[in-house]
Amino acid sequence: MIKLDQIELHQGDFHLQQLCLDIPKGCYAVLMGKSGCGKTTLLEILAGLRPVQAGSIWLDHQEVTHLKPAARQLGYVPQDRALFPTMRVGEQLGFSLRLRPFSKEEISKRVNEMARWLNLEHLMERLPQSLSGGEAQRVALGRALASRPGILCLDEPLSGLDQDLHDEACSLLESIHQETGMTILHVTHSRHEADRLADRLWVIDEGQVRPSA
Amino acid sequence: MVVLGGFYVVMILLMVLADFAYTDLESLKRTLSEPEIQYSLKLSLLSCTLSTLMSLVVAVPIGYIMSRFTFRGQSVVDAILDIPIVLPPLVVGISLLVLFNYPPFHWLSRWVVFEVPAVVLAQFMVACAFAVRTMRVSFDQIPVRFEQVALTLGCNRSQAFWLVVFPQSRRGLLAAGTLAWARSLGEFGPILVFAGSTRMRTEVLPTSVYLEMQSGDLKGMLSVSILMIALSAAVLILARALGMQRINA
Repeated sequence: MIKLDQIELHQGDFHLQQLCLDIPKGCYAVLMGKSGCGKTTLLEILAGLRPVQAGSIWLDHQEVTHLKPAARQLGYVPQDRALFPTMRVGEQLGFSLRLRPFSKEEISKRVNEMARWLNLEHLMERLPQSLSGGEAQRVALGRALASRPGILCLDEPLSGLDQDLHDEACSLLESIHQETGMTILHVTHSRHEADRLADRLWVIDEGQVRPSA
Repeated sequence: MVVLGGFYVVMILLMVLADFAYTDLESLKRTLSEPEIQYSLKLSLLSCTLSTLMSLVVAVPIGYIMSRFTFRGQSVVDAILDIPIVLPPLVVGISLLVLFNYPPFHWLSRWVVFEVPAVVLAQFMVACAFAVRTMRVSFDQIPVRFEQVALTLGCNRSQAFWLVVFPQSRRGLLAAGTLAWARSLGEFGPILVFAGSTRMRTEVLPTSVYLEMQSGDLKGMLSVSILMIALSAAVLILARALGMQRINA
């Protein structure tokens, strides 16, 4: 579950005021809003990349307001995917696992499982620069999922994909949600995407989040 | 604009060609076989390499901090870092010499001033400023987003730097190293004042040029100059070749 309680953030002209959001465990939540309304900022707050001035943040019943990003057990895929340019696909998938106390065999096993699941096996030696948009998106998802976080935050994950890839990626996200049962918060400005994927839909506007009809 | 730019490029080439035209192979061989010049060459290679390594060790953290963090007095620190670039070289040497009259530096002065460490320190003081500037630009070009994602994947700040940012800055590191090495090789003013120009002791290649000129050996002076041109060109070519390999990889 994800719970934001009375969150306050004021940066120049940008304000989030007493923002509240409650997403039940296992829900596929979609957050919509216009450009610049704070969708990405909200994800950064959840991921611990942006400190809040007031309020509390709860992830899976644990208060994480003051925890560092690494301690939040949350997968985050930014809009630009931010694949590390010097690492091959296999290294990207195993990145979070190498930071944890896993044996080399365990890391290799999990990376191969992830690659098989996301159809990345043939790309393991490739650098991000040589990947297509759809491939890069699958690698970014795999990298975020490898450590098996309880919550996944996706910032416009389907932007920049053509229609065929878009449908394919939607199916992939549905299958990830069904197979892992994790709580997913998906930020988008596409109503079509929201209608297809969302269990619940929220809209962010003027610093407030409200459920959408 | 093309004419002005072309004029500058032609002038650079003509300067180098003039050096080659004024001397001959015999003088070059004779000068390079002199023990003083061989010592000077070895000391130059050693001191430039040492000062470059020291510069990179200092430039990487400073460049990163200046690129990623904002803090009170940042613009003052930024200006201080540029001082060695704008300060007249002789003043750098004089300032070092005076600094080593005060404790705690004074306690080390008998092992440093007018000795080989003075050569390395004089080169480092100037070369490091260029390396810091280059590394800062290099880190500026790497989006912060990579570190943010690394943090969410389980890294602490140090791991995010060493595992994600530093590998991406390798080309900047190569550029900073090349620049620092080339600056160190050409450094003369601070070395003359702070390390002296004692033959077979603190003599580096620019000092050799100066000493050959003082003794009126114009061909000897040009031979050492040609050696310096060759070394600088070799470092630039090597750096570009390594850079190209990285791009093709």
